[in-house]
Amino acid sequence: MIPGSFEYHRPASLSEAIALLGELDSDARLIAGGHSLIPMMKLRLAVPSHLIDLAGVAELKGVRLDGGELVIGAMTTQHEIIANDLLAQRAPILRETAELIADPQVRYLGTIGGNVANGDPGNDMPGLMMALGASYVLHGAGGERRVAARDYYLATYETAAEPGEVLASIRVPIPPPGHGWAYEKLKRKVGDYATAAAAVILTVSEGKIATCAIGLTNVGGTALFASDAAAAAVGTALDKPVLTRAAQAATDIAQPAADGRGSAEYRAKMAGVMTARALTRAFARARS
Amino acid sequence: MPLTDVSMTINGKAMSAAVEPRTLLIHYLRENLGLTGAHIGCDTSHCGACTVDVDGRSVKSCTMFAVQAAGASVLTIEATAGADGKLSALQEGFREMHGLQCGYCTPGMIMRAHRLLQENPNPTESEIRIGISGNLCRCTGYQNIVRAIQYAAAKMAGLEFKEAAE
Amino acid sequence: MNDAPSPTSLERAEKLQGMGCKRKRVEDVRFTQGKGNYIDDIKLPGMLHGDFHRSSHAHARIVKIDTSKAKAVPGVVAVLTAEDLKGVNLAWMPTLAGDVQMVLADGKVLFQNQEIAFVVATDRYIAADAADLVEVEYEALPVVVDPFKSMDEDAPILREDIKGKKDGAHGPRNHPNHIFNWQVGDKELTDAAFVKAEVKTKDLLSYQRVHPCPLETCQCVVSFNKITGDLTIYGTFQAPHVIRTVVALIASLPEQKIHVVSPDIGGGFGNKVGAYPGYICAAVASIVTGLPVKWVEDRIENLSTTSFARDYHMTTEIAATREGRVTALRVHILADHGAFDACADPSKWPAGFANIITGSYDFPVAHLAVDGVYTNKAPGGVAYRCSFRVTEVAYAIERAMDIMAQKLGLDPVDFRVKNFIKREQFPYNSALGWEYDSGDYHTAMQKAIDATDYRSLREEQKAKQEAFRRGETRELMGIGVSFFTEIVGAGPSKNCDILGIAMFDSCEIRIHPTGKGIARMGTKSQGQGHETTWAQIIATEIGIPADDIMVEEGNTDTAPYGLGTYGSRSTPVAGAAIAMAARKIKAKAQMIAAYQLEVHEDDLEFDVDRFRVKGNPDAFKTMSQIAWTAYNKPPPGMEPGLEAVSYYDPPNMTYPFGAYICVMDIDVDTGVHKVRRFYALDDCGTRINPMIIEGQVHGGCTEGYAIAMGQEIVYDEDGNVKGASFMDYFLPTAVETPHWETDYTVTPSPHHPIGAKGVGESPNVGSVPCFANAVNDAFKFAGSTHIPMPHDAYRIWQAAEDLGLHA
Repeated sequence: MIPGSFEYHRPASLSEAIALLGELDSDARLIAGGHSLIPMMKLRLAVPSHLIDLAGVAELKGVRLDGGELVIGAMTTQHEIIANDLLAQRAPILRETAELIADPQVRYLGTIGGNVANGDPGNDMPGLMMALGASYVLHGAGGERRVAARDYYLATYETAAEPGEVLASIRVPIPPPGHGWAYEKLKRKVGDYATAAAAVILTVSEGKIATCAIGLTNVGGTALFASDAAAAAVGTALDKPVLTRAAQAATDIAQPAADGRGSAEYRAKMAGVMTARALTRAFARARS
Repeated sequence: MPLTDVSMTINGKAMSAAVEPRTLLIHYLRENLGLTGAHIGCDTSHCGACTVDVDGRSVKSCTMFAVQAAGASVLTIEATAGADGKLSALQEGFREMHGLQCGYCTPGMIMRAHRLLQENPNPTESEIRIGISGNLCRCTGYQNIVRAIQYAAAKMAGLEFKEAAE
Repeated sequence: MNDAPSPTSLERAEKLQGMGCKRKRVEDVRFTQGKGNYIDDIKLPGMLHGDFHRSSHAHARIVKIDTSKAKAVPGVVAVLTAEDLKGVNLAWMPTLAGDVQMVLADGKVLFQNQEIAFVVATDRYIAADAADLVEVEYEALPVVVDPFKSMDEDAPILREDIKGKKDGAHGPRNHPNHIFNWQVGDKELTDAAFVKAEVKTKDLLSYQRVHPCPLETCQCVVSFNKITGDLTIYGTFQAPHVIRTVVALIASLPEQKIHVVSPDIGGGFGNKVGAYPGYICAAVASIVTGLPVKWVEDRIENLSTTSFARDYHMTTEIAATREGRVTALRVHILADHGAFDACADPSKWPAGFANIITGSYDFPVAHLAVDGVYTNKAPGGVAYRCSFRVTEVAYAIERAMDIMAQKLGLDPVDFRVKNFIKREQFPYNSALGWEYDSGDYHTAMQKAIDATDYRSLREEQKAKQEAFRRGETRELMGIGVSFFTEIVGAGPSKNCDILGIAMFDSCEIRIHPTGKGIARMGTKSQGQGHETTWAQIIATEIGIPADDIMVEEGNTDTAPYGLGTYGSRSTPVAGAAIAMAARKIKAKAQMIAAYQLEVHEDDLEFDVDRFRVKGNPDAFKTMSQIAWTAYNKPPPGMEPGLEAVSYYDPPNMTYPFGAYICVMDIDVDTGVHKVRRFYALDDCGTRINPMIIEGQVHGGCTEGYAIAMGQEIVYDEDGNVKGASFMDYFLPTAVETPHWETDYTVTPSPHHPIGAKGVGESPNVGSVPCFANAVNDAFKFAGSTHIPMPHDAYRIWQAAEDLGLHA
């Protein structure tokens, strides 16, 4: 219940935050919304000696358009994502997903950066970012670089970010108007991580699926990009055999942990069921 | 770890206390400032009994360090009754509708309901249930809490509270 | 001359806010303003904080405990281990069940998270840091977590302290891990009935380990005054007087020097009945330091160490005729008690009132045998609105009746009705020894059937099953029925005591000169609203408005001795004491009125709030006037004042009952359920405050819903406790929780002064089997007879998978 001791820092700029990361002990941690980190600190599963609070870094806030991409500041909260009209118009799947994350209080503080940055396989946004083909903008002492979400997650809590880098923003290619989208999340109750979840982004042309991307949540050591499942849907009008094949393809790549949510077999099967249901809803939306 | 002064505005009053960086906001409120309305019900940020309002947001004060809230404007349950002691619409609603039994979840529930009604002054039952899904209650089964919030919403809108037919 | 019309009897009765009205709660004024007085709100000068270092092992010898690093932390005042407690003979303490329990680990640990050392420091953050620095060297021992293996010949011996003892508190022990064998009923006749039975069922019906989980954990502040020798214990105690007597006995302190105070308690549900190591260690630390010591358990500690509930494995057999008349019930229960038998049962009842297992049905013969065993799990067992194991056995009988109905091809409602105890059979002597006070089951069941249009639901279900078979839907519909009879109001002194103290309860009422009053009882509300409801009883009995009666509970210096609030005993026992005390006051008031009006007592009649002369309604004295007279000019020979005390020894238990019906739709491909409807009819006899009764039903049904649909405290094969935090322990939010429809019938208890039976436990008793029956009912058409709880999505999906429904 009681966290260990640490020193607290509140940089006013991104460069100051990066400088702090460089100077302080290697166990210094960035804190965004704090709703992943502080619970771990209270259980003493995380005992950083320094916390660098990004709340004062204005550069990390805001949502804007840049060319064909939506640029979302890492410190944008889930609550702000839900309320944002630009995102609702251009990439409505973000709101649907954010509304299924945790509970109202957590959404007030939890940030999209915090949700995607640290490689927690339970978080909902990574799978969605994979489906959207998003990339993460990382800032470090050496400058800025971009890593595709599909390449970012290496293993549980292991990402392509280097020590000393801050994930500053997320760039989402704007899905074409009329695209289909759905986030289907099976969970035990509000606030729980997914038993299994699937994010689908697709486009339809002449009644058939032209492009499709699927990201799976919490059924592996990382979020999973289900390319075979997506390929099974492309070129089809999503009839029952296609849905069965796509679901099976999702199940085949799932390697979930057995835990209170169910056996590994059940959760893998549910990855398939969620995929099929998300495809169905996404397809229905695209046609309309 | 040396103590530093952390100040914020609580219920309209400037307040300050010397705390460690790791001092949780819930302990700052309860132990340092003697505002014991917000309660602790779990260790994993699920129950919401500690909910207060920080800069217009419902926040689980057990999942924030006091130092993160430095300079913020905080509202707690201690502020919600009128200066003359008159219960607020929500407090009255909770009493009228029997929306509490042991009272332990109640301050967090009312503070959350307060912000919910600011976000959405006329919520449906479903919106209320989703709106309070970050607050656990072990006594009431939530049904009367929903009615309490509906009562308050009606009262705040100057309307008469009409209960839904069974 | 007063020109305004005098208020009618009805108007005056309404003003009283007496029994039967939805009086708004007195408590709410402070609770809604955050001004409740909970234990952790208490701050005393110089107060220290205590925190435990707990065992990582489920079963291990303790080779060494090194407290030096912990003691070296600035702000740490003391670190206690068993060695320190041995000096004051408190390393072990007696339990309510006749066993002994380690306060701090003595030589070995027996369950994960067991208390090993108690750190006392100037603030809770320092205490937490220091608790982490206690170092323990363990020698792991083999673990027993399967109760079915605990009595194997080669099972590891857990309780070395009683290894040689062949006799336990409840009779002979058959094995070092055996606690007791308890039997009731007629074995010979029952076995004979099974031999010649036309139809039989036999099923292992397990009720998983869960935890009552009130939102406030267990906590205390103990303050010892070295000068005067007074020990004040503020704590979360459902039974404050019992705690006082227990402390007096185990700490050898004079009872008049012990002051127990339970102010507001944030939910109890049986979690806060017993004495825990935290209380004892805080007391010892306070006595040693002369400073107040606060102990507050965190949620993980709560779920993994203080009073679990259930863990009953019930092999249940029913014998019946082909036409559907039950002829016998035979049950064996394996009870997993954890490492110590700390069940909060009345002392003669090691399996609580499990012999209510005959339920609402007229079994001519029955036999019940219970074996309690030790395992490497936390101690406890009796909690969570269980009425002393009634929840467990109600689940067993309601499931078993459904299973038999299925075997006989009868509708679950019709089969039950065929076997109900009839109204004219009350008071009814059950085959397992209880005398049920009153009941009208047929009326209640009919009301439930009509309210839910049950027959149409069955038709709809049939149609849906056909649609499922045709592949038109992947949803199954289940209809759950439960008709429970439970037993509360412990209890008559002839068979109910806690550590030798009979289970009466008490009330003391004192009316002041201005006609207001104060009343104190031996019960202790943790949310049940006694400050509101107890005043309603007094208001109706003696005609003083409830708003004019201050109700106080929980301070052992001022409240008359009582056995506390749990097992729905408050209304049946204390409620009776309140009525009896009120009637003593009323009798004295009548004498004073007679004297004032210069008539004989028998010439007076009571009219809501006054005594008036029969046939002369203008000649009256109000209770207010009588009260003044009692202090001003009592009749000659009469003591002044107007007060009374009643200690009530109930002549019998009470038997609330109910009819619950649940409609559930299940998504076969995910296992996810949706509760379409839940109808709960409760008969708790006379209803004191319908608003509060409804609240109790909502809350109890929500607990039952959680239990049936996902709650579980699990131990893996190494004794690691799983699910002991809110990350996994299923507590539904407002989104998952179903809508509750409540209804009632009223069958008063004939032996209770106001006919009331109590209602708090009923919804947990009745709802769990109702939900379980709904899930099971959905899969009957595919040949399933029993799916065990909890019915989370995974396990429902697995059942569907095993039945081939995913093909």
